[in-house]
Amino acid sequence: MTDPRPKHLLDFQGWSPERLSGLLDNADTMLNVLARPVKKVPALQGLTVCTAFFENSTRTKVSFELAARRMSADVVSFAAGASSVSKGESLRDTVETLTAYKMDAYIVRHTASGAAHLVARYSGKPVINAGDGRRAHPTQALLDAYTIRQEYGDLRGKRVTIIGDVLHSRVARSNAELLPKLGAEVVLCGPATLLPLELGTMPGVTLTTDPREAVRGAHAVMALRLQNERMQGGYLASLADYIATYQVNESLLSEAEDGAIVLHPGPMNRDVEISGEVADGERSRIVKQVENGQAVRMSVLYHLLVGRD
Amino acid sequence: MTPKAVILDSAEVRRALTRIAHEIIERNKGAQGLALIGVHTRGLPLAARLAAKLSELEGVEVPTGSLDITLYRDDLSEVARQPIIRETEVPFDLAERRVILVDDVLFTGRTVRAALDALIDIGRPTGIQLAVLVDRGHRELPIRADYVGKNLPTAHDEVVKVKLSETDGADSVELWDRAGLEEAGESA
Repeated sequence: MTDPRPKHLLDFQGWSPERLSGLLDNADTMLNVLARPVKKVPALQGLTVCTAFFENSTRTKVSFELAARRMSADVVSFAAGASSVSKGESLRDTVETLTAYKMDAYIVRHTASGAAHLVARYSGKPVINAGDGRRAHPTQALLDAYTIRQEYGDLRGKRVTIIGDVLHSRVARSNAELLPKLGAEVVLCGPATLLPLELGTMPGVTLTTDPREAVRGAHAVMALRLQNERMQGGYLASLADYIATYQVNESLLSEAEDGAIVLHPGPMNRDVEISGEVADGERSRIVKQVENGQAVRMSVLYHLLVGRD
Repeated sequence: MTPKAVILDSAEVRRALTRIAHEIIERNKGAQGLALIGVHTRGLPLAARLAAKLSELEGVEVPTGSLDITLYRDDLSEVARQPIIRETEVPFDLAERRVILVDDVLFTGRTVRAALDALIDIGRPTGIQLAVLVDRGHRELPIRADYVGKNLPTAHDEVVKVKLSETDGADSVELWDRAGLEEAGESA
């Protein structure tokens, strides 16, 4: 491999398809480590990883912290609500303070798009974006890609449909960036008010407001969370209409390929964007996604931190 | 460019492995209860060949596995730019077995240290022995092999290149100058 190893995972810019595939290959090994009696390897021994979460999260934070600990890194967990950020300290000052404690890497979640870039600029250390505003959530996209690949062996030629509030979804954006790089076709679907036109210009990505057309021939269907606050923002005429048209349920899935799998990045609103029957059904890989998330994040940490001077 | 010396040719590699197989049987009073685990990359075919010889000599099928020690290395700065982890596959229970760890070259001992840690995390064998095709010296840790195909005193700037038919098309053990090897476009 001749392309330079990226220092950060902020989004997928600078990440070649070969490197991304290698990263997913290594997640296989990490999954094997997690299946062993001793679920720990010494690969990151002596390194300190800081999880800086300026926005609430359960699964991403736990997943990253466990991933770092499984690799023997020390973990410092930083929650903005219980820190000097609540007293008005700027992100830059917070990062410079943390950097003085000799952190070796940062995992950052923030409500503001671009916050992870800012941490990368001021920390000088590898930064993993754990979700910034509406912009990107690369490790979620990687675990989605991994889960689909686990099912089909390869992403090339696969059609992945993402349905819901695409406008506010960093998960949809990251998947639209990643999956075509790995050879999949991405269809983004939602009401016109929640479907940003600019995403339709990305290579390998198409937009549609018609869910049946979107799901036709799909190998994987991902439902996105419909956030209640959208109802107040004038994005939807009525929740009942939304559910009737866009809910991922057995009826809609009958248009998909036989054996198509269902994904959801969580947290789920059962019987809103996804029917309970589908969420718990045979096609669902939602629990698998969570399990795979830890292995994928171990692989990302390994890729960014190991052998770095 | 050619190597400084060919240390073992194909027939000599075969004889060295046959001798190691006999030594394993003698030391362990047969081949029952043994397992062979090859360290990636060339330890794998060597383990398979030893298993075949043990089967031929003792009529016992000795299970084999593979071990990748990348996640256990303590010399991280020397890990390749694209860290690729290969598969560790030990499809049998290590408990109540004596494991023979198999590698091509024993040098500083750091790979073996890492392999010992990796093995113990997978299970608890009753004992671990080490078989190598070549011991080239320069140990940095207090580790020694139980079975050695060829003891080969080397200089630090020399490279021992083990070639096996499974991975390289033919069997040989060659001694190279590091500079000569780079000039020949081969990897150390």
